[in-house]
Amino acid sequence: MNDPDRGAGEPLVEIRDLDVGFGETTVLDGVDATIDSGRFVGLVGPNGAGKTTLLRTINGTLAPDAGSVTVEGRRIQELSSKAASRLVATVPQDTAVAFEFDVRTVVEMGRNPHRSRFGGWREADSEAVERAFEWTDTEQFADRAVSTLSGGERQRVLLARALAQESPLLLLDEPTASLDINHQVRTLELVRTLVARGKTAVAAIHDLNLAAQYCDELLLLADGEVAAFGPPASVLTEDALGDAFGANAVVSRHPVTGSVYVTALPEGRRAGGEADRGRVHVVGGGGTAARYLYVLDAAGYAVSAGALNEGDTDAEAARSLALDVVTVDPFAGVDAAARDAVEQRVDAADCVLVADVEVGTGNLPNLRAAANAEHVVLVEDRPFAERNYVGSEARRVYESLRSRARVVEPPDVPSAVAAAVSGGYATTADGDDAATTATDAADDRVARPSDVQE
Amino acid sequence: MTIRSRTVAWSGALSALLAVAVVASAGMGSVSIPPATVAKALLSADPLPFAFDVGRTNRIIVVNVRMPRIALAALVGFALATAGTVMQGFFRNPMADPSIVGVSSGAAVGAVATIVLPFAFPFGLELQGAAFVSAVVTAFAVYLIATEDGRTPTATLLLAGVAVQTFLGAVISLLLLHSGMSIRRVVYWLMGHLGGTTWAEVRVIALVLPPLFLLLLAYARDLNVLLLGEEDAHALGIEVERTKRLLLAASSVVTAAAVAVTGVIGFVGLIVPHGMRLLVGPDHRILLPTSALAGASFLVATDTLARSGSAEIPVGIVTATLGAPFFLYLLRSREVTGL
Repeated sequence: MNDPDRGAGEPLVEIRDLDVGFGETTVLDGVDATIDSGRFVGLVGPNGAGKTTLLRTINGTLAPDAGSVTVEGRRIQELSSKAASRLVATVPQDTAVAFEFDVRTVVEMGRNPHRSRFGGWREADSEAVERAFEWTDTEQFADRAVSTLSGGERQRVLLARALAQESPLLLLDEPTASLDINHQVRTLELVRTLVARGKTAVAAIHDLNLAAQYCDELLLLADGEVAAFGPPASVLTEDALGDAFGANAVVSRHPVTGSVYVTALPEGRRAGGEADRGRVHVVGGGGTAARYLYVLDAAGYAVSAGALNEGDTDAEAARSLALDVVTVDPFAGVDAAARDAVEQRVDAADCVLVADVEVGTGNLPNLRAAANAEHVVLVEDRPFAERNYVGSEARRVYESLRSRARVVEPPDVPSAVAAAVSGGYATTADGDDAATTATDAADDRVARPSDVQE
Repeated sequence: MTIRSRTVAWSGALSALLAVAVVASAGMGSVSIPPATVAKALLSADPLPFAFDVGRTNRIIVVNVRMPRIALAALVGFALATAGTVMQGFFRNPMADPSIVGVSSGAAVGAVATIVLPFAFPFGLELQGAAFVSAVVTAFAVYLIATEDGRTPTATLLLAGVAVQTFLGAVISLLLLHSGMSIRRVVYWLMGHLGGTTWAEVRVIALVLPPLFLLLLAYARDLNVLLLGEEDAHALGIEVERTKRLLLAASSVVTAAAVAVTGVIGFVGLIVPHGMRLLVGPDHRILLPTSALAGASFLVATDTLARSGSAEIPVGIVTATLGAPFFLYLLRSREVTGL
C-alpha cells in the first residue's frame, strides 16, 4: 500500500538469522524466512515455541540479539516506532480493555503513525478510518464504548484500528483465541478478504485446522526454530507435527473443505506402531466409531474394523491410522466374503466393540458376526429402536448381542475395553468394579495416592 | 460533535465558572464586597488598561490581600488536577494521584527539614526552594529505582513510589519528634494551606505551570494511546519509554511547584480528574484542560470555605472532607467500569 509498485508475490518481510532471547533464555534461534507480499501466513507451533516472540520482533517491540527483520527492505529495529508502525500494524491478542473510549476514537488512534504532534486531522485520515470501518463492518459500533462490545466485535474493532494504519503488513496474535467457532471463522474470512485486497498477513494461530484452511502458507515453529515453512499440506505432516508438538497426530483431508485436517491423538504412542495390549475389533459406520478407533489405537491395542463401506468416515479414519479394515464397495451390503473376513477378525479379537451404529440390512451381518465374540462391549448412546432400519429380525440379533455384552456409555469405552481384554469382567452389571480395577492396573502412569504421599 | 468543539465548549464553560468563583471568593471575607466592585477592581489592577474608581480600600483588599491567595489557589488546583489526570492515565489506574511517585513526601521532607533542623540549607534555599528540590529529587530517585535496561514498568514505578513514600513518612515522623516548638508550623504546612500568600509566591508557579501544561496538552493524544497498554502504544507508533519519561518529569515538576508553596493538599488531584472523566469521558484531549480548569475552581471554592469560618482552617482539611464524600457519591451514582 505504501509502495504500489510492489506486486504480489515479491518479498515483503525478510527475516534473517534471527536470535531473540530474554536474559539467559533463547526464544528464537536462527529463524530465517521470507514472506511474500499478498500472502496469508499462519504461524503455528506448540505453546512456547516463540510465535508471539516472533511477531513482537517483526513489529519492533523486541530487539533481536542477532539477525534482522526487514519490511519493504527497511530494518525494523533501526526505524522509529512511528516509521515502523507505518509498515507493520499489529492486532493484539488480549482484547480485554479497561477504558471507556468509544470505538471511533480507538480506530482513529490507528492514524497516530501518520500524524504529526501538532498537525490536524486531514482528509486522508478520515478516508483511512472510513475504509477501515467499511472493510471490517464496524461502523455501526462507532459511537459505542469499546467495553460494551462482545469479544468478536472488539476483535473487529482492533482489526479496524490496524487497518487505519494503512501498513502493508498486518500481524495478528492468536486472532481466534478467545472467540467461538463462528467468530473464529468470520475473523479468518475477514483476514482472507483483506489479503485479497492487497494486505500481507502473518497470524499466530493455535488451531492447526483453521490455519490449514485459511492460510496460503504455514510457518511451523518448534523450540524457537523454523521446523517447516510452505503450503499447509507440506507443513502439516505427521512426522513434522510429531516432532514439533511431541504428540500423536493424524493428518488427513477434511471431507468438506478438502484442506489438510489434523487430528490429535490422546496418548503418546505413534500411529501405526507396535501394539501389544490385545486385539480389538470395532463394528461401526457413519462416523460412530472413528473416535474409538483413534483412542484404542493410541492406547496400544491392535485394532481392526469392519465391515465398512469404502469412503465411510470410519473407514477413512481406520485407513489414516493404518488399521486392518474390512471394506465393501460404497452403498453395497456386507457380502459373504466380507462376512468371512469379519468373522475371522472377531475370532482373533480379545474383545469386540460395537459402536452406536445405525443398522440396515446391509450391515446386519456385522452384528451377527459380533455376537460370536468372546467379549463384547456395546456402546449405547441412542436406543436401538431409533437406529433400527430393518425391523424385528435386527432387534432379535441386537437383543442377543446385548444380553452377552457389557453395555456402556461413550466415555466408558476405554475402561470397558481394557477390562474385557484382560478378561476380568462378567457379563452382568456387577462388572463395574472389575472394570475399574483392571483399568487402574493397566494405566501405570496414573500416580497412586500412596506414591504421592511418599 | 467533534472532540475539538466539545473541548472548546467545556473549557469555555469551566473558565466562566472559574471567573465566577474568583470574583465571588474575592468578595467574601471580613469585609464583604459586591461582585461588580470586585470585577471593576480586578480590571483596574496594574497590567490591565482599565481604570474604574472602586475606592482605595476596596482595591487594596481585592488586589493585594485576597487576590494573591485566590490566584495561588487557582494555580495550585490547576496544577494538581493536571498532574493527577496525567498520572491516572500514565498508570492506567483511577486511584493514582499526583504524588504517587513520592513528590509530595519529598516536598514534605524538604519543608519539614527546613523548619526543624537548626542549620540552613546550602545555596540559600528557603523553605519553598528546599521543598521543590527535594520533591523533584525524590521523583527522580523513584524513577531510577524502577528503571532497568532503559525500561520503566509502571507497576515497578508504582511500588517503588509506595516504598519511598513509606520511607519518607518515617523520616518526617522522626523530624517531627525533634521539632520541639516548631511542631505547630510543621503540622500546619503538612496539612496544606494557602494563608499569607504574597504575589511573589504566585509568580513562581505562574511561570512554571503554563509551559509544562502546554507540553502535557501536546501529549494528550499519546496519553490516550498509552491507555491501550504499552505494547499497543508501541505498535501505534508511540516511543513508549521516552513518552513516559517526559510525562513523568513534567507532571512531577508541576506537582512539586504546587506542593512546595502550599504543602500537601490532598484529594484535588485524585477526585477532580476522576469526576471530570465521568463527565467528559477518558479522552485526554478534552479531559486534561477541563480537569485543570475544574481543579482551579474547586480549590478556589474550598479555600474560600476554609477562610470563611471564624477561625481559618487548613484548606487540605476542607478538600478532604468535601472531596471524599463527593468521590463516593460519584462512585455510587454512576456506573464506574474503568478509566
